[in-house]
Amino acid sequence: MTISIPEKTNSPIGNLQPKGWFRYFSFSLDHKVIGLQYLVCGFIFYLIGGALASAIRIELTSPISDFVPRDVYNQILTLHGTIMIFLWIVPVVNGAFGNYLIPFYVGARDMAFPRLNAIAFWMIPPAGLLLISSYFINGSAQSGWTAYPPLSITTPAAGQLIWILSVLLLGGSSIFGGVNFIATILKLRRPGLKLMQMPMYCWAMLGTSILIVLSTPVLAGTLILLSFDIVAHTGFFNPSLGGNAVVYQHLFWFYSHPAVYIMVLPAFGLVSEILPVHSRKPLFGYSTMVYSIMTIVVLGFLVWAHHMFTSGTPPWMRLFFTIATSFIAVPTGIKFFNWVATLWGGKITLNSAMLFSCGFIVNFVFGGITGVALAQVPFDIHVHDTYFVVAHFHYIVYGGSVFVIFSSIYHWYPKFTGRMLNENLGRFHFALTFIGFNLCFAPQHWLGLNGMPRRVAEYDPQFQFVNQLSSIGALIMAISTLPFLWNAIHSAFKGSIAGDNPWAALTPEWLTSSPPPVENWDGPAPLVTKPYGYGVQTKEAETQSGNEPAINGDN
Amino acid sequence: MTTLEQSQQKSEVTHSPLEEEHRDVRMFGLATFLIADGMTFAGFFAAYLTYKAVNPLLPDAIYEVELPLPTLNTVLLLISSATFHRAGKALHNNQATKCQRWLLITAGLGLAFLASQMVEYFTLPFGLTDNVFASTFYALTGFHGLHVTLGTIMILIVWWQSRSPGGRITSQNTFPLEAAELFWHFVDGIWVVLFIILYLL
Amino acid sequence: MVLPKSSALIILLIVIGLVIGGTWIGQNINLLPIDASTNASVYDELFKVLFSIGAILFFGITGLVIYSLIRFRKKPGELGDGLPIADNLPLEVFWTAVPTIVILFVGLYSYDIYDRMGGMQKLQINQHDHSAMVSEQKIWGGIGTGSIEPTTQNKATSLPVEVTALQFAFLFHYPKGDILSGELHVPVGQPVSMRLESKDVIHAFWVPQFRIKQDIIPGQPTMLNFTPTKPGRYPIICAELCGPYHGGMRSSVIVEEPNKYQEWFNSNSKESLTES
Repeated sequence: MTISIPEKTNSPIGNLQPKGWFRYFSFSLDHKVIGLQYLVCGFIFYLIGGALASAIRIELTSPISDFVPRDVYNQILTLHGTIMIFLWIVPVVNGAFGNYLIPFYVGARDMAFPRLNAIAFWMIPPAGLLLISSYFINGSAQSGWTAYPPLSITTPAAGQLIWILSVLLLGGSSIFGGVNFIATILKLRRPGLKLMQMPMYCWAMLGTSILIVLSTPVLAGTLILLSFDIVAHTGFFNPSLGGNAVVYQHLFWFYSHPAVYIMVLPAFGLVSEILPVHSRKPLFGYSTMVYSIMTIVVLGFLVWAHHMFTSGTPPWMRLFFTIATSFIAVPTGIKFFNWVATLWGGKITLNSAMLFSCGFIVNFVFGGITGVALAQVPFDIHVHDTYFVVAHFHYIVYGGSVFVIFSSIYHWYPKFTGRMLNENLGRFHFALTFIGFNLCFAPQHWLGLNGMPRRVAEYDPQFQFVNQLSSIGALIMAISTLPFLWNAIHSAFKGSIAGDNPWAALTPEWLTSSPPPVENWDGPAPLVTKPYGYGVQTKEAETQSGNEPAINGDN
Repeated sequence: MTTLEQSQQKSEVTHSPLEEEHRDVRMFGLATFLIADGMTFAGFFAAYLTYKAVNPLLPDAIYEVELPLPTLNTVLLLISSATFHRAGKALHNNQATKCQRWLLITAGLGLAFLASQMVEYFTLPFGLTDNVFASTFYALTGFHGLHVTLGTIMILIVWWQSRSPGGRITSQNTFPLEAAELFWHFVDGIWVVLFIILYLL
Repeated sequence: MVLPKSSALIILLIVIGLVIGGTWIGQNINLLPIDASTNASVYDELFKVLFSIGAILFFGITGLVIYSLIRFRKKPGELGDGLPIADNLPLEVFWTAVPTIVILFVGLYSYDIYDRMGGMQKLQINQHDHSAMVSEQKIWGGIGTGSIEPTTQNKATSLPVEVTALQFAFLFHYPKGDILSGELHVPVGQPVSMRLESKDVIHAFWVPQFRIKQDIIPGQPTMLNFTPTKPGRYPIICAELCGPYHGGMRSSVIVEEPNKYQEWFNSNSKESLTES
């Protein structure tokens, strides 16, 4: 272990930032405040997106379209996809945890551009409200989150344009965030901290930010062209005016496939932080982990057309994208084996954070296996645009990213608030989520294989039973939010005091008080060169039960 | 933190005086942002090239773009990059009036470019919605023109600020000028690519 | 980290058990609808292989995770950290190599399947289609664009059908008898050569029992070939979101014995003559 602990100085740091609860509603420049703003804002949108998902599952309990009108159903599924991706997972895995943790991990007082950071966050609530309000104005977009033309050109223009505007704002926010992370990680590292000594989440965020900076602008440009098609009646993507609808698909997926990595790479990083702490072992294979992330970043740019195997793509293109996509499984596989090896021989505490992380591994392995299958052209031809694909990507983004978000909340909540979450409620939350999630999405693989396309309000009656099974799973997932909400709100006031470092963790965010002071450390920033140096002094006693702040009582 | 670890680490405490000052990484951030901006253009170029390869225009819809005016534009922009560079040099040498003069010349060249672009727009034989080639042409040149407009405004702001005595831009604080210069070179670079792809190919 | 012989044996047994179990699952659990085209049986072969590999990997890794969580959990009152093992080069090389080999195998195998489905064959356009086409228009190919069965039998001449997709229906036009139908009738065993076109937005032609799907993109006339092998009535489903009634955009393909098909053809062919 090489950590430098600063002497505690009691001089309060004077600055002009708002204090107290009000700072969470202000244009605060503190990266920790912005991180929590991202988290809470994202969670509110998660509840909205979840309500929309419930509406979809209620509609699908019967094979006829009876719960909502058909065009409203399409609006619901469009909003559900857009909200969950652009307002929940992307802002939370990047914005929330990135902003909170990255300055700690690189030993900085704040992000490189605090003002840009606050601007990036404050673009999100208006964009989200704009998107949702479009439903009440004139009906929101109804061409799916992919907004394929010519459908998106022919559906009511107002909703589609608001959708475009909203996604442009969110994309802009995401680019600002990406620029900020790259600058912070590469340029704001504490002197003495080498790149290969950074915690893994820094690498994940560096890779993610590269993806964001290089791919999001392409989406922005594409959506601008699409809005021209809608407003000015140009024919970029409109075949009846000489355009080409497939060009849109290429440009769209050039962003939207990397977007999947933008959602899961940070999750990989977060899991890499959580597993070593709770299994009391160093992260296995640090350097291979770093190389895997960077390989995934490079390959992530070369696989987009696997979403278009049925779009009349030429054979050579299909083959190239099959091979490139399959090979992403190699670096991803390495990461999973490394995580299992991190568990192996550890002293594992199976708390809520750990449960969600291990749930993530199991779910993601499943989603990864169906992903490799989907990468094969002949396999994809049958299941493309069916419930098999719906199930696959929910295993990736829900079973993957969302499980990690919950795991991270359980892990860092003591740092955020200075109080512990209730463990029993946490485990109950995990059990409900895991069972509900698998019950909801595992049967959907069968539905897709047997002939149920995605984005339909009505289906063949032979699928009713399995759909109802899936809806019950969705109901359990919806209920699982309740113990979590209660836990998160109640514990903020009544939870037991956490102390500075309840998990006896070694990464820098735990080497300060909980919650941390405005500029992260009262003294100089500590230099942590071995963030995973567990087991070096095994004789040292540690306590795991979060109820006793035995490690550090000076909070 | 455990006491044992703490005692071990006490010996390794290293403080660097560098750490306390917030390093100025604004140019780095701007460069990163420009890479992102360049990707927007890259998307447009990719779309244009795909249309050219996959959607051949009907025989009667082929339009020839005239070369003289865009070539003049290219020369204007390339010269303006050089003049901006001179402005930056002058500022470093503490020659405020010289710097201001070069800035004005650069802004003038930018405006000349925009005017010439307008002339081209009004003389072209096709409109925005005529066909895909026309639409892409206007989208690309228009998006670039927007950048030139923004760049010119930035130059004028820098010029205005450098005029006021004891103003914001001095040989000590060159960031606004350098940022505008980097942006301007970027816009020039994009134009060269655009000129080659759109007019020459 | 040298394993004692007994544990090496146990690991070997577990691996063998996994492989056998996974293969059994892949071969015996059927998740697919019946296979009613030449494409489908080839597809099912691939599916079984992928399912087996997937089952082995999934149960292997899940088993490892669960075992680790139980075996290495911190006992009450236990203090201290786990082993400070941070890397093991041979192990890391091993689990880089294994997925690479598996991926290479899967890739080559699926290429073979793709080839057998006719994915690599040159686009074959029926001569009589040209009348309906704009002269310069490019034709796009879905999977199975070539003739699936090489011309071994005399009846291998394919049946041409023109498919038009519009919001929210499929229309089938038989150029031979000038039949316009809302359902697709095809004789069993004869290759069908479809020319798909869309009038408005993107649709997709999907018959789950044939394991074929092709997006129908406006402005891109597309060829799609298949050979039905089992008589029956199968759904034709639009798989690409095409508007509010997307879920209702369905039709049927009726695969019949050749003589029954001929009956249908004759009766409709005459009618269409008197009609229009």
